[in-house]
Amino acid sequence: MTTPHPIASIVGVLIVALSLSAFLIWVERRLLALWQDRYGPNRVGPFGLLQVLADMIKIFTKEDWIPPFADKPVFVIAPAIIMVTVLMSFAVLPVAPGIVVSDLNIGLLFFLGMSSLGVYSIVLAGWASGNKYSLLGGLRAAAQMISYEVFMGLSLMGVVLLAGTFDLTAIVEAQRGLWYVIPQFLGFVLFLIAGVAEARRLPFDLPEAEAELVAGFHSEYSGMKFGMFFVGEYLGITLISSMIAVLFLGGWNGPWLPPLVWFLIKVFAFLCFFILLRASLPRMRFDQLMSLGWKVMFPLALVNLLVTGAIVLAKR
Amino acid sequence: MTNLTEIAFFAAGAVAVIATVLAITRPVAVHALLYLIVSLLAVAVVFYTMGAPLVAALEVIIYAGAIVVLFVFVVMMLNLGVRTQETERKWLAGRAWIGPVILSALLLAEVIYLIVRAPVSAAMNSISTPKQIGLALFGPYLLGVELASMLLLGALVGACHLGRTSKSGREARQ
Repeated sequence: MTTPHPIASIVGVLIVALSLSAFLIWVERRLLALWQDRYGPNRVGPFGLLQVLADMIKIFTKEDWIPPFADKPVFVIAPAIIMVTVLMSFAVLPVAPGIVVSDLNIGLLFFLGMSSLGVYSIVLAGWASGNKYSLLGGLRAAAQMISYEVFMGLSLMGVVLLAGTFDLTAIVEAQRGLWYVIPQFLGFVLFLIAGVAEARRLPFDLPEAEAELVAGFHSEYSGMKFGMFFVGEYLGITLISSMIAVLFLGGWNGPWLPPLVWFLIKVFAFLCFFILLRASLPRMRFDQLMSLGWKVMFPLALVNLLVTGAIVLAKR
Repeated sequence: MTNLTEIAFFAAGAVAVIATVLAITRPVAVHALLYLIVSLLAVAVVFYTMGAPLVAALEVIIYAGAIVVLFVFVVMMLNLGVRTQETERKWLAGRAWIGPVILSALLLAEVIYLIVRAPVSAAMNSISTPKQIGLALFGPYLLGVELASMLLLGALVGACHLGRTSKSGREARQ
């Protein structure tokens, strides 16, 4: 397979990631409706497929209002940060053999770094809004994402130990025989939970918690600035699903079907799982969230790392 | 070592210096922290161009991604208003600058002299892999790593102790 031109793969990845996450909004609304025994959007276009387009036209023509009590520069930068950090992470994602924007030898660390910078978007949005509910949402986001990032990184170190590299393409190649979901099952579960928390999805969507914080950090946002948070969230889910597929489910590896199709099937399965979580689980309380992270997840991640390390050493 | 990497190195260095100066002089604490983040990211690029990708990644994850988030967290909790900005402006005005400026000017002169004398350091030509760094850390520098971990353990025990007293205090009040 020939390697496409870097600019072509950048444009390709951007278009696919953005349109996939826009499409995901429709998928989520339809699936939620299915599971909650109602119709969901079904009027605009076939099966309501054009609903997203209609929403987009609406959001672009809305007034883009900045509250007078907000800190203007930070208020404007905040939604851009989430888009930039998430889209940058897509650059190191190996989609199929040869289709990757930048085959960085520290790709996994790059992903972790970008996801840790993504926190600023939420925190700064909460602070710059000059609204007490937004500030509380921002504070929660900071605490939650720092706690969950720690064992998110640790849970991946088992994969790194087995593959012996931070290079995502090499990690996929190393899973040709056996997908890491089997030897690293604990790591897989930990990363999945951390991923839900990093994407701020139910049951971990404390920063926006509509019921108590009136939408939290993005209460004051309107128009396309709100749209950026919204699309950023779906991009985040797509990214986490793709990362799970790459790190634990062998990326593009699979019999019969072409590699790209296998990759998309795995990603889509996890996207549906994320939506099912939202449909079925209630929101946690904040202290439950923090103690789950530090008292259960973090020790488990350490044990996983220790055991994996011991086994890798013993096998030598 | 190509010319382009050298340009990236000096550009990132310049960004780091300017951002750090701005981080010191901004009266609004959160704006200052934002410039600090930019400065840390620029330092990460400097590390990367010098052939230390692992250190660059750790700089982003640990400093920019975790430690400064905690700073921002605390500043948000304090809820500093217009009055602190006024105090900050007063502190930054006039004669307070003389001492720091003389000291930093001396350092700057030294750095410029060193750069002019030896334009490319030896480290810029080799790429250090994560494995090399790990071997160095747990080989010749083992004592340093252990000392640092003891220090962190001390901090952890201290934090646990402080957290515990506040919890029992809350129970006593109820």
